[in-house]
Order: sequence, then C-alpha cells, then structure tokens
Amino acid sequence: MTKPIISIRNITKRFGPVVAVDDVSFDIAPNEFFALLGPSGCGKTTLLRMIAGLETPTEGQIVIDGQDMAFVPPNQRPVNMVFQSYAVFPHMSVRNNVEYGLKVVGTPREETRRRAEEALAMVQLGDLAERMPDQLSGGQRQRVALARALVKRPKVLLLDEPLSALDAKLREQMQLELTRLQRTVGITFIIVTHDQDEALSMANRIAVMNLGRVSQIAGPTELYEHPASRFVADFIGKVNLIEANVKDSKDGRIVVDTKSFGHIEIPWDGDTQGGVTLAVRPEKLKLAEKQPKGRDLIIVKGIVRDVAYYGDTSHVVVTSADGVELSINVQNDSRTGGSGVRQGQDIWVSWLPRDTLVLTE
Amino acid sequence: MSKRKPQPALTQRLPKARQGPLDYGRRRWLKLLFLAIFILLYAPIVTLVAFSFNTDRRNVVWRGFTLNNYVRAWENTALLEAFTNSLVIAILATVISTVLGAMVAMLLWRFRFPGKPAYEGFMALPIVIPEICMGVSLLVFFARLGWWEAVAALPWPFNLSTIIIAHVAFCFPFVAIVVRARMAGFNRELEEASKDLGASEWQTFWNVIYPFMQPGVVAGALLAFTLSLDDFVITFFTSGPETVTFPVKVYSLVRRGVSPEINAVSTALIVITVAATIIAMRLQAPARPTTV
Repeated sequence: MTKPIISIRNITKRFGPVVAVDDVSFDIAPNEFFALLGPSGCGKTTLLRMIAGLETPTEGQIVIDGQDMAFVPPNQRPVNMVFQSYAVFPHMSVRNNVEYGLKVVGTPREETRRRAEEALAMVQLGDLAERMPDQLSGGQRQRVALARALVKRPKVLLLDEPLSALDAKLREQMQLELTRLQRTVGITFIIVTHDQDEALSMANRIAVMNLGRVSQIAGPTELYEHPASRFVADFIGKVNLIEANVKDSKDGRIVVDTKSFGHIEIPWDGDTQGGVTLAVRPEKLKLAEKQPKGRDLIIVKGIVRDVAYYGDTSHVVVTSADGVELSINVQNDSRTGGSGVRQGQDIWVSWLPRDTLVLTE
Repeated sequence: MSKRKPQPALTQRLPKARQGPLDYGRRRWLKLLFLAIFILLYAPIVTLVAFSFNTDRRNVVWRGFTLNNYVRAWENTALLEAFTNSLVIAILATVISTVLGAMVAMLLWRFRFPGKPAYEGFMALPIVIPEICMGVSLLVFFARLGWWEAVAALPWPFNLSTIIIAHVAFCFPFVAIVVRARMAGFNRELEEASKDLGASEWQTFWNVIYPFMQPGVVAGALLAFTLSLDDFVITFFTSGPETVTFPVKVYSLVRRGVSPEINAVSTALIVITVAATIIAMRLQAPARPTTV
C-alpha cells in the first residue's frame, strides 16, 4: 500500500459511560472511495466527525497526510465535509455559499470568483449561482454543499449520509455522479452510510462497523461473497443462516452436521471445531418442481410459504419439513408469470456446496 | 358530458346548519364582540391623539384644531428635559441590555455547566419579581453604595446611570429569553460547516450565527426599548431628586389635571415607538444576499 492519506490509530471515543468508537485502527490510501457502513449508532458518524475535527478522540491518533491532527482545529484541517443536513447557509446565495470557504481565509477576489465558477460548473449549478437556498430542491442544495466543500480543494472529502434525504430515483443518479466526481477530481472520499447498496455500488473499500468496532474492511465483492462474520453476512444483503456442527475438517474440505440437511461437505480452508454458522445468499439457491439431480448438490424438500413479487425478481420463502425457513431470490427472466411458483406448493431447493460460507464468528 | 348544476360560489353564505364549528367569524354576536374589544383597546389611544390637537386648555371638550399644544410642549423645558432623559435612558439601556441579553442567550444556548438550570431561573427573576420590590431593592442598593451623591455630581447623561443600570437589570432577561428561543431553532451543522470551511470562531459568529440570531436580537431590543421608555415604578425609586423621566413627569403633572401638552408629548412618544417598530421590522425583512 502506498503512503496512506489518513491513518486512524487506536481511536476510542467515549461520551460519558457510552463507548461510541472502540479502539479502531485502519489506513485509507490516496484516491480511495472509502465507505464507513453500519447500522445507526455504530459510531461511524462519530468517527467521521473526529476526522473532521468536530469531535475530539478520547484516545488514539488521527494522522492526515503525515500530520498528527491532535491539536489541529477543524478550520485548519485539510479535509472538508458535506453534512447530512447539507448545512447550506440559508442567508447566502449559492455563489456566496461556495465562495465562503475561500473568502474567510483571504483568497484574492479574482481567484475566489474563478474557483467558485469552476466548482459550480462541476456540479452543474452554474446557472443557479444567484439563487437563495430556499429556492433550491434538496438535490440542488446537496450540490451546493458539494461544490462548497470541493472548492477548498481538500485532501479528503468527508460525506455524512449524503444521499439519505433524497428520493430513490435521485439517490441512484447521485450515486453515479459522486463516483464520477471522485474519479474526476482525484480526491479521497470517505462516505458514511447505513445503506449497504450505496456502499457496495460506490466505494472501493468498505469498513463495516458494529457497536463501535470495525467488523471487516474489504472491497465490495469480498465483503459480499466472503463476509468474515455473521454480523457482516447478515448486514450486507440478505442471507440464509444455518447452524451446524463440525464433524471433520481436512484437506481444504469441511464436513458439518446440520439438523435439517444432514451431513454437508463444503470446500473450506479454515480449521475449526464445534459450532459454526453456514451462510447462503438467497440468489445462490435454485428452485425446482422435480427433485434435481447432481452429485454434489445440497438438496432440500419444502413447501412454498410466501411469494413476494418485485418485478425484476421474486422473493420466495420455503419451509423445509422440519420447519427451517429459506429465502430464495428468483430472477423473473421470462414474461410468463413471474417466478412460476405458487404459495403452498411442494418444491425442491438446491445449491452448490461451494456457494456455502462457513462463519466461525 | 352530463349536465351539472352550477356549483354555489365560495363566497356564498352557507346555510346555518353547514357552518363548521370553528366558523366563528360568521356569527353576528361574535363580530360585535370583536368590535367592542377593538373600541375598548384603541379608543383611549385615539382620543389621546385626537385631543393633542384640541384648542381647549382644560382638555375636556373638543373646541377646535390646533398645533399649539406641540409648540407649547416643545417650549416647556421641564417636560422636554424629562422626555429627552427618557429617550436617552431607553436608548442606552436598550443597547446595553441587548448586548448583555444576547450574550447570556449565547451562553445558555451553547454551553453546559454545573448549575445551569439554577442560573437560567435566576436570570429570569427580574421578569417575575414585582416591580415595586425591584425598585425598593435597587434603591437600597444604590443608597448603600452611596451612589446618589456620587452620581448626582456627574454631568449629564452620566447622572442617569442609576436609572440606566436599573433598566438594564429588568430589560436584559427579556432579550435573553427571546434570543434564546430563536437560537433553539439553529442548526448546529451550519456552525460546524463554517468552521469546516476554514472560518474562525469570530468569523463563524458574525457570518453564520449572528444573521440567524438577528431577528431575535431586534425583537428583544424593541421589547427592551418600550419597557424602558414607559417604566414608572422602578424609575421612580432609582432616579435621584434632580432627574426626572417622562413617565414620572407626566405623573406629577397629571395630578394637577391633564393638559393638552401631555397629550402632545404622549402622541410623539407613540409615533417614536411605532416608527422604531416599523424600522425594526423592515430591517429583518426577507433574507437579502449578504456578502462575507
């Protein structure tokens, strides 16, 4: 890894008896689009605010571009933030909002004008420069907040739940725009979000946080297909979790005993004893009306409990003979009758052993 | 398309049974009540203004229009002096209590400290304490310090300082409460955004916090100004034997009968307060683009 732009070293933040962030350490490389992902209250926003200097860490060290930030106030840090509420100054025009950060540090008037113009063009707000914030839509206000931060040419741009206030369509569009913007300006972006789709689609690397700790840091594919813990598997996307006991593990294979599906042999490199959790993504499961044939397939017979139709996919819930529920995603790839299964019908569920994850945590 | 009956116009009077429970404005007795209340509230003021143009010296019956009362009031040095005193006191007390009150509001809005609820309660005490008690306590306080003699020897307007101090004491809590209420709606992220963008505390205050606070400050200042201008009780106790304010002077004059000059000066006072209010409301009219 190249020299990190940000180093988080053993950061802990306590609010009275509450530990918001608990001994977190990681590095962020220059030009990364990094996401802090987790449920509300996991400490992701607190961590972001500590990077911005709006909160002081109780313990630990934050280094930005080789400089310890311990006694650097927020107005002297080489980072800028896009706030969740956008925090666009309501009494200033769009232009004055964008120019604000340059004026307060005494940038010459000519340069201020020019850079604000550039920033506004970058977020396609050039023709709204004289408007007041209350004449803008939510999406436009967010662009103002973005331009206002980018005009400062920060080393790192921090985004606190930037898309949470936008409607679904606009959110998707802004996701694309943000990734494009990040590639164009070549600045490190750190985004805080509770939305896994947002994190997966935008970030190069994601830190999943839970209860103040980092559960896993990985790229989107790695995180989705190889989650390190039950929490991560469950938080990122949907997953079927099956409790199992290890019978035998050798030569990159593990044999586990499950109550409902009997013995299963799974390719796995690890080495463990006792109880484990098996995880299978709903889209890896296949449905069949007749018993499928396949030497290695894991096959379960059950009854269709629910079918939920989502247009492109259908979510089917199948209950096995002894009451275990499995969720299956079916692609509705023909126009005839969605998933083709009815509630209450007998069905076979099958999947490949290599699509099964073994989780020890 | 089927033929439809023309809809009744919205302004058409609804049948009685269809009046909503809150349609009080449609009931005649309520309209009369409104009218009565308005007359009761404003008739005295209208009379006061009207009679300031009366030619009758005893000011009982209307005899004819004149501006002589204004001229006489202007030439009445004692009355004019009292009037000037009142204005100067009101302006100084307003400036001081607005700054002080706004600062107290900032303190209460921004910081947490031990004993904050108690502090907040004590600060608001001058609002609830009976004015007479305030007056007496201030009188004793100034007497104890031996301020009367010291202050009386000072040149104008410093000889008004006891009254100004007293007025500030009961005016600033009003400012503090109004500004505090205004700040409750402030989005803290605006302040953080300003600092994040490189502004110092001082720049953040004047560029971001103050513009939001301003309507509260102006409203508080107006409140302080009117409270100070017409205060009688506390002023009566805290003014030295030499200094007279307008309400105190009017009181002493009224005991000898209401002369039309008093009407004239009172009208002038009303005009000043109304004008101040209009100017203040203009000042905080819609957000103008501000430059840093």
